[in-house]
Amino acid sequence: MAFNIYLCGVGGQGIGLLAAALAQAADRAGLKVRACDTHGLAQRGGVVSSHIRLGADALTPLVPEGGADLVLGLERLEALRGAAQYLKKGGKVIYYDTAYQPVSVRMGKAHYPSPEEVAKEISEAGGEVSAVLIEDMRDPRMQNSALLGRLAALKAVPGLEAAVIEEVLKEIVPAAALEENLRVFRSAGR
Amino acid sequence: MISLAGLMTNREGFSALVMGNHALARAMAEAGTAVVTSYPGSPTPEIADALLAPPEKDRPCHFEFAVNEKVALEFAAGASLNGHPSAVFFKSVGLNVAADSLVQLALMELVGGMVIILGDDPGANSSQNEQDNRWFARMAYIPVFEPASPAEVYVMYKEAAALARERRAPVFLRLTTHVCHARESVMFGELPPQPDWTPRFDAAKGPYVPIAATVFPLKKMALEKLDAWAVYGEKSLLNIVHKTPVQGEKRLGAIAAGLPALCLLEALRSAGAPVDLLKLGLTYPLPEKLAAEFLHAHDEVYILEELDRVMETELKALAYDRGINCLIHSRKGNAALMGEMTPERARAALAVPWPGLFPAPEKHSFTAPAPREPQMCPGCGHRSAFHAVKKALPPGAITVGDIGCHSLGFLPPYNMGEVLFSMGHSVSTASGLALNNSSRKVVAFVGDSTFFHAGMPGLVNAAWRDSDITLVLLDNGTTAMTGHQPRPGNGEIGERLALFEILEKLGVKFIRECDAYDQPKLADHLKEAMEHKGFAVVIARHPCMLKFMRERRRTSPGLKVQQVNVAQGSCARHYVCAAEFACPSFIRHADGSVTVNKELCIGDGSCMQTCPSQAIGRKSGIENRGSRIENQGSGEGKGNGEGGKDGV
Repeated sequence: MAFNIYLCGVGGQGIGLLAAALAQAADRAGLKVRACDTHGLAQRGGVVSSHIRLGADALTPLVPEGGADLVLGLERLEALRGAAQYLKKGGKVIYYDTAYQPVSVRMGKAHYPSPEEVAKEISEAGGEVSAVLIEDMRDPRMQNSALLGRLAALKAVPGLEAAVIEEVLKEIVPAAALEENLRVFRSAGR
Repeated sequence: MISLAGLMTNREGFSALVMGNHALARAMAEAGTAVVTSYPGSPTPEIADALLAPPEKDRPCHFEFAVNEKVALEFAAGASLNGHPSAVFFKSVGLNVAADSLVQLALMELVGGMVIILGDDPGANSSQNEQDNRWFARMAYIPVFEPASPAEVYVMYKEAAALARERRAPVFLRLTTHVCHARESVMFGELPPQPDWTPRFDAAKGPYVPIAATVFPLKKMALEKLDAWAVYGEKSLLNIVHKTPVQGEKRLGAIAAGLPALCLLEALRSAGAPVDLLKLGLTYPLPEKLAAEFLHAHDEVYILEELDRVMETELKALAYDRGINCLIHSRKGNAALMGEMTPERARAALAVPWPGLFPAPEKHSFTAPAPREPQMCPGCGHRSAFHAVKKALPPGAITVGDIGCHSLGFLPPYNMGEVLFSMGHSVSTASGLALNNSSRKVVAFVGDSTFFHAGMPGLVNAAWRDSDITLVLLDNGTTAMTGHQPRPGNGEIGERLALFEILEKLGVKFIRECDAYDQPKLADHLKEAMEHKGFAVVIARHPCMLKFMRERRRTSPGLKVQQVNVAQGSCARHYVCAAEFACPSFIRHADGSVTVNKELCIGDGSCMQTCPSQAIGRKSGIENRGSRIENQGSGEGKGNGEGGKDGV
């Protein structure tokens, strides 16, 4: 069986780079990778997603609905949406606990969930939740390193070790921001 | 991890995990494609990112963006007439724009060969329809290659380019969204020597002028070339049979192409179903002998495709003509013609005739959370313009939108731009809506890149006929939606041209211009324009702030912006900022208060003027209110399109 990872967030959060780093790390760890980003209109503050499938059984790049072993959310509401549509029973959700309100919430027409509500809904559906929040984050673009750090610490992807992810981060993160990203990556595991 | 520049310039072979679009760019380099052109459109723009990644002198292919798809296609065809292997790429609907010249290509001896790469978009992920461009191949006598994955994109491009050159013909390489954006490991080969730029155009190889009597010999040649492609398809390794390892009671088969074929194969393997698969890579012209043999060899065959019934129609005709005794199944109902193929859809389709082989998976359901529509970015000039225009419009006004980031204006809370057909349609559609209509004002919108792409003929017509409409030209100085490609006159390539002066010279009599952040002035201009009898244009300019901020952050690392804040004592909870102006940077809390999201606010301050209780200010206090407008709105009149240069 393939191991399916569904990544989701809000346009502008840098999901493309996160997915590329994770897919690259999995490839380097010797796993067979098929992955796919979604682009288009959604990159303007809408829902964005990316799919990574590991293992020889996956011939196509998109994770089936209800078929994700791991949902990686870059934002709270999107983590819930991703879990609702893609999480497999018994699967895991790791998300960064930042909140970007959609316009329906700002117009007073829809509810934005609390971390407790997200945790309750996901565990009632048989999933595990792990929320990441780092208080002294200098730049929100480093949230993705925090997600990877938690993923590595929880050994959430079978066959993928923290050292391989760090190796890829060292190659893709610009030199000036590397030290801080590695600090975030390591501290998110705790 | 290999860089994009390295992907294009490494002379030796290597293996890398890449997306389909990047595998394609490498294939262009390896195939010796000399000239590549495009107009940007999803799902294809990343091809250009790779082609442009090395410094200009190291690029293996000459690449340039054209002003629209027709221009791009003609440019590539011209290069091919000179003997230079060429390629052009654009999104699905781009082919409509290019069609007038496209339909002539197969009639010509294209000496260098030419690959036309189509980014079709089943699922309409980022397009205004799901049009199936395989139909165009039939109309234009052009063969079609349909790869299913990045590795196949790489292999098929190289094969298509080599054959196109050998046959002096155009070919289609039809990609779909999740082939373009899929990633997998691909094994690449070596780069050839640099192209030979000798101009080899020779009129004697033609004729190249299809008028009257010359049309028939040219058409005869095009049809004969198509016959030759069919012969090639019969033995091509791109068309292969995957034999099932499972023994079944009946001899069952399926026929599919491209990504849908992989979806089908995944469904077959996961179900352990005894079904053979004929997977086609060169799908047009249909390899009739191969297909007929496959139909003959099976008791029942399912034809599975995505979007229209193109292959299905041809295969059924083939079975009828040859009297093949095989029960053919295909998708049922109109819903089957919509959306992308997935392994689950493939499974569900085959479960209709063969229910015992394809059991349904267990369903699980959650309550869907609040929707999230795409929206304009924080600081977007379009938001400021829409907010001002909406307040200035009289009741009953009709607003016509166009393609680009500003298309999003049709969503709540702005609801601006209630009609949309295609690139550049807005002025002409609005002109028609305004005919003999004195009771409802008609206002059209168009972006600057779309204006140059296909908006100019409509605008010239409106100026010529003096149509009684108002056009709001939203000028952000770039092609923002597809990733900030340059547009004519923005100064990135060639000289800067002022839109105001272009419009004047095209005969527009009434033109006003201001910064889109200056909402009072924009509203005044719009009212004046609507009172003007005849064609009027208001240019609302502000640079794309996404691009602007990226450049600022690149040039000033650690940049701190002066974000706005909401003075809680003054906020009277009107929610204009959060719900009507609706910048995503505002947070509306459960207790009714409003604050600013520090991760999103770029400190543009275009919101400050919208607060009825003047509660939005800078961190230092609300006395700064309005100062931004003086900075950025100073370019009244014949603007230079540089509004906001010192912004943020």
